Amino acid sequence: MAYTAPKETYPGKVYSVTIGTGDRAATLGGENVLPFHSFEGETPNRPLVAFEIQDVPPADWPENIRKVFAGVSDDPVTWAKYCQNELKAKAIALRLVGTHPDRENRSAEDAAKTVRDVLAAINVPLIILGSNHAEKDSVILVAVAEAAKDKNCIIGKAQEANYKTIAAAAMANNHKLVAMSELDINLSKQLNILITQMGFEKERVITDPMCSALGYGLEYTYSVMERIRLAALTQNDQTMQQPLLADVGMYVWKVKETQASESDLPQWGSAEERGILWEAETATALMIAGAELLIMRHPKAAAAVESVIEELV
Amino acid sequence: MALSGVEIFKLLPKTNCKKCGQPTCLAFAMKLAQRQATLDLCPDVSEEAKQKLGEASAPPVRPITLGAGDKATKMGEETVLFRHDKKFVNPCIFALEVKDTLSEAEITALCDQVVSSEMDRVGQKLRIDGIMLSNASGDAAKLETAAKTVAAKAAAVAVIINTTNPQAAETAVKLFAGKKPLVFGANASNLEAMATVAKNNKAALGISAAGLEELSVLTEKAKGFGVEDLVLDSGAQTAKAIIENNTLIRRAAIKKNFKPLGYPVISFAQRGDSLLEALVASVCIAKYSSIVVLSSIEKWKNLALFTLRQNIYTDPQVPMQVEQKIYNIGDPKPDSPLFVTTNFSLTYFIVSGEIENSKASCRLAVMDSEGLSVLTAWAAGKFTAGKIAQFIIDSGIEKEVANKELIIPGYVAILSGSLEEKLPGWKITVGPREANAIPAFLKSRA
Repeated sequence: MAYTAPKETYPGKVYSVTIGTGDRAATLGGENVLPFHSFEGETPNRPLVAFEIQDVPPADWPENIRKVFAGVSDDPVTWAKYCQNELKAKAIALRLVGTHPDRENRSAEDAAKTVRDVLAAINVPLIILGSNHAEKDSVILVAVAEAAKDKNCIIGKAQEANYKTIAAAAMANNHKLVAMSELDINLSKQLNILITQMGFEKERVITDPMCSALGYGLEYTYSVMERIRLAALTQNDQTMQQPLLADVGMYVWKVKETQASESDLPQWGSAEERGILWEAETATALMIAGAELLIMRHPKAAAAVESVIEELV
Repeated sequence: MALSGVEIFKLLPKTNCKKCGQPTCLAFAMKLAQRQATLDLCPDVSEEAKQKLGEASAPPVRPITLGAGDKATKMGEETVLFRHDKKFVNPCIFALEVKDTLSEAEITALCDQVVSSEMDRVGQKLRIDGIMLSNASGDAAKLETAAKTVAAKAAAVAVIINTTNPQAAETAVKLFAGKKPLVFGANASNLEAMATVAKNNKAALGISAAGLEELSVLTEKAKGFGVEDLVLDSGAQTAKAIIENNTLIRRAAIKKNFKPLGYPVISFAQRGDSLLEALVASVCIAKYSSIVVLSSIEKWKNLALFTLRQNIYTDPQVPMQVEQKIYNIGDPKPDSPLFVTTNFSLTYFIVSGEIENSKASCRLAVMDSEGLSVLTAWAAGKFTAGKIAQFIIDSGIEKEVANKELIIPGYVAILSGSLEEKLPGWKITVGPREANAIPAFLKSRA
C-alpha cells in the first residue's frame, strides 16, 4: 500500500479582519485551513500579539509582572508609547479597568480622554476593552467608540447582557467588535447571530470564547476554539468564521504558578521564568487551537511567542 | 477502521442476557464502540464475531511500552485527531537528551535531575519519563561508558539509545536488557543491521526518514525484518514541519487505516533557548508527538510542560476531580472562616485561588460531587443539604473550629434553611455566587 498524503481542503474560510489605519494596520485571519496548516491551504496572516496596558496603574497585577512596567505604567500614554517604541508592539490593548464601579469608578469622559490621548501617541492598532462590568461597559464603550471614531479599533467586550448598545456604537464609529461568551460553542454562535441580526457585519466581529490559563481550564478554551474553527472550515458556518481572541495575560497573571515565590515552592523552580513560560505556553497552546489575536502582558513571553510563530509559519 | 456501535451490535448474540453487566446487547455494543468495555465480558460471542471485532478493535496507532516496572510508559493507541471527540489515550513521554561527550559527573547530574523530576498535580504523579542517550562522540566505546552510567544512575527510567552505528547500538542496548529500551537510529542505509539489534535485544526501533513516503516504506521493511514495535521520525525539524508531518501521520493512521504509519512519533524540541524549547515542546504535546526530546529540564519548565500534557490528555467527558477533604489555605486558626464547595478541579482551583488572593487564612471543605461544578452538582442531586451535612459531620471539623459557621456558595443559597436543620448548632452563611467576589466578601467580614 503506497503512501499518499491525506491532505484536506475545506469549504469554509476565516474572515480577514483588518484593524488600525495607515502603514501599521494589521490583518487577522484569512486562512482556509486549520492553524499553521500551510501545507494544505492558505494562511495569509500570522497571529497578532497585542500588549496589554490599562487606564490606571496596575496595582492589581502581581509583583512579577508589575515590576516589568515600573516607571511607565503610571500613565497610559507613556505605557502605550513604551510598548510601541521600545517593545516593538504590533498592537496595543487598552483595558479600562479603572472604570469599574468597585475600582476607581472613572467616568465615560475620563475614559474617552484616555483613549484620545493614547490614540494620539501611537500608530499601531488599538484594542479598547471595558472593565467587564456589563452595565458600566455599555456606557463607557459607547463613549470611547465615539472618541476613537474612524480609527478602526477593536471595541469590547460585547456580551449577551450589553451587546446591543456596544455593537451599535462600534457600528456607528467604524470599529470592529469583540463578542464574548462563556466557554460554550453554542453561546458563542448565538451571540454572533444576535449581533449580526442588528445589522452589524459578520466580517467585523472577533470572537472571544473566553480564555483560561494553563492548568486552570485551558483544555476547555482549547477545545471550544478547536470546535469553532472546525465548524468554520468543515461546515462553512458563517457565524463561526470570525477570528478568535485569546485574552491571555489577565487570566495567566492571577494563578498561583505565576505568583508563588521560589522560596515558598522550591520544587517549582524560578518564579520569574515560570511566570513568563506560563503566559507564553498558554498563548502557544491557544494559537494551535485557533487563536489569531493574543492579548499578553510580559514582554519576554510575547517575544517568545513571536519566536515560535516564526518557526510555525 | 473502528466499527460503530450498530455495526458491533450486528455481531453480538442479541440475547440481552445481561451477563456483561449491560441491560441490553445494544448498550454493550455502544460501550464497546466507546472502548469502555471489552469483548471478553460477553460469554456467548461467536468466534467469527471475535475475529471481526478483534481486527476492528486493533488500535490504529500501535501501542508500545518503553521501560519496565511501575515507571514503564505506554505510547500510541490513539483513536482521534481532536481531543473533544474522545480522550487522547497515552500521554506523551518527555525525554532528556544526554550526550556521551559529557563527563561521568555531568551525566550523573543529569540522571539525578531526571530521577528527581517527579511532581504531584491534581493527584497525578508527573515526571520526565526518559533519557535519550546520544552518541554525539561518534565513538562506540564512549557511548558504552555513558550508557553504563545511565544504567546505574537512572535504573528505572526509559532509555532511548541514539546512534546510527549498529555496533555501538548493540553494545549499549545490552545494558538495558529487560527494560524495553528504544534503539533510535535506523534509516535507509542501516535498516537491516539496526532492526537485527532491536530484534535480538527485544528493543523498540526508531526509524528516521526524509519525509513520510520514505518512512512508510522503511517501516514495512522493518516489519519484514521481524521488528513490530516501531517509533517514527519523519525528519521534521521546525515546529511547522512537526505540525505538518504529525498531522499527516495521525490522519493516515486513523482516517485511512494506513498501517505503515500507525506508530508513535518522536519529535525533537531541543533549542538553544530554553523558553523557545518549551514552546516547541508545547506544539509537540498538542499535535500528536508520543516522545518529546528536550535538551534541559529546569523545574519551572517541567511544571509548565507537565501541566499542558495533563490538560491536553484529560478526558473531555470526565471532569478533573480533586480529593474530598478539608483544605487549609494559609494558616487557619479556630476562628477562621470555613467554606464548602464541590470537587470539580476548576471549582477548587478558582475558589482556593481567590481565597489565597484575599490573603485571609481559611478552611475550604471540598465535597465529592463526582467532579461536577456547584450548580450542576446541585441540579444532579449530588450537592444537597443532606449530603453536605453528612460530609461536614463525618469530617470531624466541628472539633477544630471555634464558631460553627459554614459558608455555602451563593448559587445554592436555597439550601441554607435545610442545612441549618440538618446541622444543629451551625450557622449557615450564604457566600458569593462567583468566586471572584470572595476577596470582597472576606474583607467585608473582617
